[in-house]
Amino acid sequence: MTIRQDIIDKLGLGLSIEHLEVINESHKHNVPEGAESHFKVVIVSSAFEGKKLVARHRLLNGILAKTLSTHIHALALHTMTKEEWSISQEAPASPPCLGGGARR
Amino acid sequence: MSDAKTQIDETVKANDVVLFMKGNKTMPQCGFSSRVAGVLNYMGVEYNDVNVLADDAIRQGIKDYSDWPTIPQLYVKGEFVGGCDIITEMTLSGELDQLFEANGVAYDKDAAEKIREANG
Repeated sequence: MTIRQDIIDKLGLGLSIEHLEVINESHKHNVPEGAESHFKVVIVSSAFEGKKLVARHRLLNGILAKTLSTHIHALALHTMTKEEWSISQEAPASPPCLGGGARR
Repeated sequence: MSDAKTQIDETVKANDVVLFMKGNKTMPQCGFSSRVAGVLNYMGVEYNDVNVLADDAIRQGIKDYSDWPTIPQLYVKGEFVGGCDIITEMTLSGELDQLFEANGVAYDKDAAEKIREANG
């Protein structure tokens, strides 16, 4: 199974999801072709209602803890409630790679 | 506490604003770190930068310290604020201004407005 699919499955089991995009952005970075190291997740869920951003990220980090510690080098998270998503259906672009810190 | 944790604890408590990042504020080595350092630099915030690439014990220690798996990490008055995505969203929403104001951290409000205008 790909890391991307693993992320999708784990989030799906852990949360009720309205909208989910898991984008492999590894090709933008200093890693081998086909790598699955850098991801961006755009997720809309009722689980984020009433939660501050840090709490939302902690929730996802917890669900993805094992994958994060073993496979993922960078994870951009964009967490929205259904209402927030209805206002702006886009997430900011991830910053460009600067090449430092690669060790896998 | 381990040496690294003690060192981190002392750093975030002794300085009003601390950014744990890859590289340093003048030469960031990761796009995520660069974006947060860029926002703080542009807003004229005085802050301590800690390069986690220079010390593996700090690099791991900072992840354990706030139970947060990624870098960069911003601290204001000893409190963890967030990583790149959170700081970006807080900058655009004005929450970061409020946080600085509530904690007596000097920053350039006009610069913050310019960031918002450019990304509105």
